[in-house]
Amino acid sequence: MIARRSLTLFAGLFVLFCVIGWALGAANISLLLVQSFAYALIALGLNIQWGYGGLFNFGIMGMLMLGGAATTFISTPIIPGFWGSEGPLLLGRALLAFAFGFLLVWGARKADRVGIRGGWKTALTIVAWAAAYIIYRSQIDVAAAYIEATPDGWIGGLGLHPVLGWLFGGVLAAGAAYIVGKICLGLRTDYLAIATIGISEIIRALLKNMDWLTRGTLTVSPIPWPTPLPQEFQASGTPITDSFIYARLGFLGLVLIVLIVAFFLVQRAYGGPWGRMMRAIRDNYVAAASMGKNITSRQLEVFILGSVLMGIGGAMLVSFGQIYDPGSFQPINHTFLIWVMVIVGGAGNNWGAVFGAMLIYITWMISDPVSQWLFNGISNWSTDLGWGAIPEIQSRASQMRVFVLGVVITIALRYAPRGLIPEVVKREA
Amino acid sequence: MALIELKNVIGGYGGAPILNGVNMSIEQSDIGVIVGPNGAGKSTTLKAIFGLLKVTEGSIVFQGEEIQNALPDRLVPKGLSFVPQEKNVFTSMSVEENLEMGAFTRTDDFRPTIEWVYDMFPVLREKRRQPAGELSGGQRQMVAMGRALMSKPSLLLLDEPSAGLSPRYVLEIFEQIVKVNKAGVAILMVEQNARQALAFASRGFVLATGKNRFTGTGPELIADPEVAKSFLGG
Amino acid sequence: MNELIFFFNNVIVGGVALGSIYAVGAIGVTLIFGILRFAHFAHGDMMTMGAFIAFLLMLACQALGISVPFLPTGFLVLPVAMVLTTIIALGLDKGFYAPLRKRGAKPVTMLIASIGVTLIIQGLIRLFFGSGTWSFFESETKQLIRIPVPLEGVTRTINFTQPQVLMVVCTAVAVLALHFFLTRSRLGKAMRAMADNPDLAQVSGINTKVVVRVTWIIAGSLAAMAGTMLALDVQLKPDLAFNIVLPIFAAAIVGGLGQSYGAIAGGFLIGFAETAAIFNWSVLLRPIAGALPFEVPATLAIVPTEYKLTVAFVILVVVLLWRPTGIFKGASS
Ligand SMILES: Nc1ncnc2c1ncn2[C@@H]1O[C@H](COP(=O)(O)OP(=O)(O)OP(=O)(O)O)[C@@H](O)[C@H]1O
Ligand SMILES: [Mg+2]
Repeated sequence: MIARRSLTLFAGLFVLFCVIGWALGAANISLLLVQSFAYALIALGLNIQWGYGGLFNFGIMGMLMLGGAATTFISTPIIPGFWGSEGPLLLGRALLAFAFGFLLVWGARKADRVGIRGGWKTALTIVAWAAAYIIYRSQIDVAAAYIEATPDGWIGGLGLHPVLGWLFGGVLAAGAAYIVGKICLGLRTDYLAIATIGISEIIRALLKNMDWLTRGTLTVSPIPWPTPLPQEFQASGTPITDSFIYARLGFLGLVLIVLIVAFFLVQRAYGGPWGRMMRAIRDNYVAAASMGKNITSRQLEVFILGSVLMGIGGAMLVSFGQIYDPGSFQPINHTFLIWVMVIVGGAGNNWGAVFGAMLIYITWMISDPVSQWLFNGISNWSTDLGWGAIPEIQSRASQMRVFVLGVVITIALRYAPRGLIPEVVKREA
Repeated sequence: MALIELKNVIGGYGGAPILNGVNMSIEQSDIGVIVGPNGAGKSTTLKAIFGLLKVTEGSIVFQGEEIQNALPDRLVPKGLSFVPQEKNVFTSMSVEENLEMGAFTRTDDFRPTIEWVYDMFPVLREKRRQPAGELSGGQRQMVAMGRALMSKPSLLLLDEPSAGLSPRYVLEIFEQIVKVNKAGVAILMVEQNARQALAFASRGFVLATGKNRFTGTGPELIADPEVAKSFLGG
Repeated sequence: MNELIFFFNNVIVGGVALGSIYAVGAIGVTLIFGILRFAHFAHGDMMTMGAFIAFLLMLACQALGISVPFLPTGFLVLPVAMVLTTIIALGLDKGFYAPLRKRGAKPVTMLIASIGVTLIIQGLIRLFFGSGTWSFFESETKQLIRIPVPLEGVTRTINFTQPQVLMVVCTAVAVLALHFFLTRSRLGKAMRAMADNPDLAQVSGINTKVVVRVTWIIAGSLAAMAGTMLALDVQLKPDLAFNIVLPIFAAAIVGGLGQSYGAIAGGFLIGFAETAAIFNWSVLLRPIAGALPFEVPATLAIVPTEYKLTVAFVILVVVLLWRPTGIFKGASS
């Protein structure tokens, strides 16, 4: 049943992409395809967390930003001016200060070993936190000010291959997910939602304001591609439009490989004992806990695994866009959009997540031109009637995307609450 | 005419029916007691009367009017009141506020009824300003019953009013129930202390697997050797 | 002394103003959570919507030449904006949440539905107002009130704006009204009863639909009030919502979700924490610099101003770790 239905849906999606491709041209559709596959990877990450594990992550944006920052750092060229200056030394001292602060807090939290307990331990921990913060700030502020005063104003990158950057994006997201998970995973769903969104806002504030690391609002560009750029094709004599198509197809191939590998692994894990256990935990927390399963560490695994995919996806998007602009990240575009993808596609079903990602991404992207066309029509009509034209059609139309997204998720929740390709509920003895 | 009559009631929570044909009839002067093993559907019967689950077949007639599947906010003004088995007080609210909530559907002055409840359960007058969550189990049961009496019901449904009470309190609460009944309120209650409760029941119902197995006056049921053997522990 | 007044103007006055806004918003969140048992994420957008309605009403008043001396028109139209927002809130419930509730949807589904509402309101507001900023004080002036301190050598005055005074008054009135409603009125008590034990409330004959409606009426009108106050204090823009919904949730959680008084305390706590965190404490240290063993730096804020919004989350995370149900006991469901 569901297999037939998903086949039909995917066929429909294919036709939709073909139609849009025909309308917008091959260069544009290849761009949309790359991005929607990257989003599919991110949606797969959320599907692991929410669909498998029942973990409500509202902090997807933070993971994407970390992935982007990672690939920026790894793949942009080295700035010799920075490495020749005192910057690395100052940063090293800041790092030492951080480590020292970490040790302080860690020590305070273990103070009960030496007989300091209760209120005294709490007080000691607070003092340790404050001291660690002051020590770290005293070093990092100096380093940041120094680096931001250098001619380049930031530390630059490492000049390595972008794919390494994607990997590092996954690693960075995993590290962040470990910390976030340790802090938040014991919480009830709605608290978890607020806590994760809070943490992703903290990540955003940091990456946006640490100019020495990310150039902040000045943005980093261009970020190199792992595959040949259109300019390289043009240099060898390919016509401009074709060069874009070839270059994007190259990138697309790489993204597809990552997606397929991830999909295969995730799908296998889902069918295996690990996936069964995850679903058991999700569906019946209490029973699973009483069966002696270590729930928190299983959930932490899921949270980290999903975040890794998000980090890689975020890194791919930034590489592809060739610009890292921390200010451009928005919860609507980078958290809620993914949620709509997974809910509409079908939480708990990987095919559903991928389908939802592609469908919603294309809907999201074409809502803008479609509403522009619509508004132009209305505007002409109202001008004819003598009511005047609609002002600023272009900027208004781009806001329609948000509205359409809201309508889509509302309809989905009402009429297909389990998604278009719902989870296959296996009856297990 | 009976105050309430259940005719062949079938119903459940959505899956397979839990009640498979329950028949009951209570007069205004009656104390009805439902006994039976755990999971027999005793609580479910009370919930069915009170519109908390779907009745698919049969009828429930209260004061000559069919009331199956009517919701509580319609039933309470008609004169029905229900004390659930557990979580039957508002723990964060004071005793007096709990009583006021019982009178929610009333539009007339309910001060006299509060006084009446306080006269019946004098402890509650002392604790009127205390949150109900800070009371003992027995006191809570009194608050719960008081709350249900605030709507001046003609039929009071009680689900295991003696649950968790020490033997002395069990007797006390039964005395109160008889007192309430004397004041003109018909009672239909579920009880685990079956012998004790049947002793003062004018109507007794033995329920098993969602069906009446035996019906009679309380003393009759106690005297029936078969009932005694299978349901009253010999 | 001058330094203390500077501190008072920045931290205390600012904190009271911000705290009032957060408190009024957080009450709505907490009430909805208590009665409907889900985190209403679209609350920030309801606030923004209320503020834009007030803004439109103000424009209408100015066009019609309606004004009252000494009262910013924004406050004059506030009651009407509250009523209109309430009507919309009831409509949102009927259109978006009630059908799911009827189906018995889980709180998580309701939370996701509220994201849908967020997106729809955001989209509509941006559609009509673009993404720029608007001010309630284009054609009116924001009156600054200066109170001189009658002490020797004091040159600074205690400063606050007229909207800030009115905000505090509005908040006090709203909180008192809510207090009397919840503790004295039949419906208010029914609301507390339903938050405490929804099944028993139903069994008692309380009409739960009416209680839900009352909840939206209170939450909607308070949202309009908080949103308008925020817009009057700073400025009006569509992404106001996102910047405000998080501190408000932080306030509600810190106070214990479901606890109205907790939400008020949480609101002020977060408000003061934010103003205190970005305050330049060296101002206070400078007069006693001679007695200090270290040199007082030019700026000594707990966090740089850019990180103001993160203060709420740090408090939130600490509270969640230290006492997950809030500083006051929160709802346990
Ligand atoms: N909310 C519910 N949803 C589905 N099934 C239920 C629900 N409540 C009870 N049941 C089922 O209905 C049956 C009868 O339950 P009920 O509570 O009426 O038993 P009871 O006779 O009151 O038992 P006890 O003496 O333990 O209180 C049980 O098998 C139970 O599993
Ligand atoms: Mg029972």
